[in-house]
Amino acid sequence: MVIVGGINMRKILATIIAVTSLGYSSAFAGTLVINTDLTDPAPKAAFEWAFNKFQEENPDVTIEVNNFDHEGYKQAIRNFLTTNPPDVFNWYAGNRMLPFVRAGLVEDVSDIWSDTGWVDGNLTEGMSHAKKPMTIGGKQWGIPYTYYQWGVYYRKDLFEANGISVPTTWDEFVAACATLKAAGITPITIGSKYLWTTAGVFDYLNLRTNGYEFHMALTKGEVPYTDPKVHAVFDKWDELVKPGYFLENHASLAWQEAIPPMVNGEAAMYVMGNFSVALFKEGGLTNDNLGFFQFPEITPGIPMAEEAPTDTMHIASGAKNKTDAKRFLIFLSRADVQEEMNKTLGQLPVNSGSKVDPDPFLEAGLNMLNNAYAMAQFYDRDAPAEMASEGMKGFQEYMVNPDRRDKILERLEKVRQRVYK
Amino acid sequence: MPSSTQISYRKSSWWKLNQQRLTPWIFLFPGLVLFLVYVIWPIFNSLYISLLQWDGLSPAIYVGFSNYIELLDDEYFYISLINNIKWLIFFMLAVPIGLGLAIFLNQTIFGIRLIKSLFFFPFVISQVVIGIIFAWFYNPRGVIGPFLETIGLGNYAILADEDFATYGIIFAGIYPQIAYCMILYLTGLNNLNTDQIEAGRMDGAKGFSLFKNIILPQLRPATFLAIVVTVIGSLRSFDMVAIMTQGGPWGSTNVLAYYMFETALSEYGYRMGYGSAIAAVLFTIMMFYILFFIYRMYQSEKKGL
Repeated sequence: MVIVGGINMRKILATIIAVTSLGYSSAFAGTLVINTDLTDPAPKAAFEWAFNKFQEENPDVTIEVNNFDHEGYKQAIRNFLTTNPPDVFNWYAGNRMLPFVRAGLVEDVSDIWSDTGWVDGNLTEGMSHAKKPMTIGGKQWGIPYTYYQWGVYYRKDLFEANGISVPTTWDEFVAACATLKAAGITPITIGSKYLWTTAGVFDYLNLRTNGYEFHMALTKGEVPYTDPKVHAVFDKWDELVKPGYFLENHASLAWQEAIPPMVNGEAAMYVMGNFSVALFKEGGLTNDNLGFFQFPEITPGIPMAEEAPTDTMHIASGAKNKTDAKRFLIFLSRADVQEEMNKTLGQLPVNSGSKVDPDPFLEAGLNMLNNAYAMAQFYDRDAPAEMASEGMKGFQEYMVNPDRRDKILERLEKVRQRVYK
Repeated sequence: MPSSTQISYRKSSWWKLNQQRLTPWIFLFPGLVLFLVYVIWPIFNSLYISLLQWDGLSPAIYVGFSNYIELLDDEYFYISLINNIKWLIFFMLAVPIGLGLAIFLNQTIFGIRLIKSLFFFPFVISQVVIGIIFAWFYNPRGVIGPFLETIGLGNYAILADEDFATYGIIFAGIYPQIAYCMILYLTGLNNLNTDQIEAGRMDGAKGFSLFKNIILPQLRPATFLAIVVTVIGSLRSFDMVAIMTQGGPWGSTNVLAYYMFETALSEYGYRMGYGSAIAAVLFTIMMFYILFFIYRMYQSEKKGL
């Protein structure tokens, strides 16, 4: 690092403290250093299993794990990749890894994806559908090991009581909202305090109105935010926001705080990721009254693409033990390993050779994603960070003040011109 | 032998001659080094970074003053600046309220010590805890919203209201600040010169005029300190904003300190240059205040107060 100033010194120091306190010692031959942020119980258990299994199969390798706190990891990764790179680290697909790839901190692993000699089976076959989000500049930079679907979670009993069947078209969806609202039930719950939930709604409206290609073009900055196609998305959004189909006061609620209204029967739907199922069930809902459906079609004939944020493993370009790091990535891409890990994670394996547990939500998700035209990573992973943060602020402001649409889109256009120049 | 004594005297002469002047510098040396490394150098480094376009990873690009030019056209920057001014103005309420409480509690009745410590309690709890508790009060499913709903006024979440959210946070921030000002005034009241009050009473002063002409002037050191810590507190509003709203809804409760953090160091940030430019503006504002403060201190020390 050329510039060593107040901020950097402090951050470096913080990293050193974090790393040493985690019992770090410098790597020697045969040691595989892995940095992760998997502190939540399920990911922790899944990876503990994977580490043990890898160790069993490769007794010559010693695994050394530095586990960071989930939020702190987002800061720490920038420091450890530049100052003290591990061999392997976990991160996310899409544009989220772009700054690190561009700075030359991530190892190109295209050979794992193309050279079948590395792998027992064939990686490209089992995971070809997930190759795109791992590709930057024609090369692959990591291995995906888990993902989950987004869609609409709903109260089956409330739908039944009001004579609503699962909507498959936009008109049916809006009609369902109107019926629920008339019955005194908030049609859609949402907590937008931390902004990203609004992006889920925007992404689906955009994917269904304009399709996957437009979503990618927009997040890549190729289309202005004042484009009529963007306005078309907001026209559809208007149909939900203006009649008040979303939960009141959502701007002061975290996404978890929007779950109780649905558990209490005050709200009927939530556009969310599959990780929410655990919380719904903790709140007392069961497979009998909680259901899942695919976000309905808006423009007929547009192929249905889905949101499926993917978690990934990468090799640092400064890794000391790249051979074992690649062995670990190949191990992690295997169908049997992903199957076992995702059973613990409660998510979907990326390798299409893996099976999932008999869980209605996972089965629905797997079925939906296997038939998906394409998979978006989510607005804040497909768009660069700066654009994403401004965009999501704009979505939140729009959801409370729909009449400010033009002003918001003009502001986002200004940001787009700055960010992508 | 006289000649050798002569030599040893000469050797130590420079030290002996300058001892008086050098000693303070030797004592100051470690502090000065730390001050230079951790305060002065980062200031200039930040000013330098504010001229760069840098994400902390890729090579930095020198862009001149373009970060500052962009600031001029950034509506979030103006929102933050205006919010900082709101903080400065409304935070000042802590001083008179603290004074009022101090006078109210400055009695000798049974158990007053316990009551005083209860009033001081908010200052003892961490700002983070206060932020979390108030955020929960304001939550539409917390305390205030449901209460308004039951008395038929409809649910209201102040932190989701772009026009009033900042006041909601200031109110939470002022809560411990009042306690702080109160304790400053309580110690001031303990040290009042009773002779002067007696004399004032004899001259017929009572009630408000006694308070204004006799007591308040004696509390001047406490008032000065209370204002200083309150101004500093209002400029440090970062933690309350970070805990309660993270600048939301849509950036309407941002203050310069939090906006700087958001652009430079948050999950979606890493515009080190732009963040540093905001820091430079905040630094300039604080500098005016600090210079005024130093000037006041210098003046009062000259008078021997």
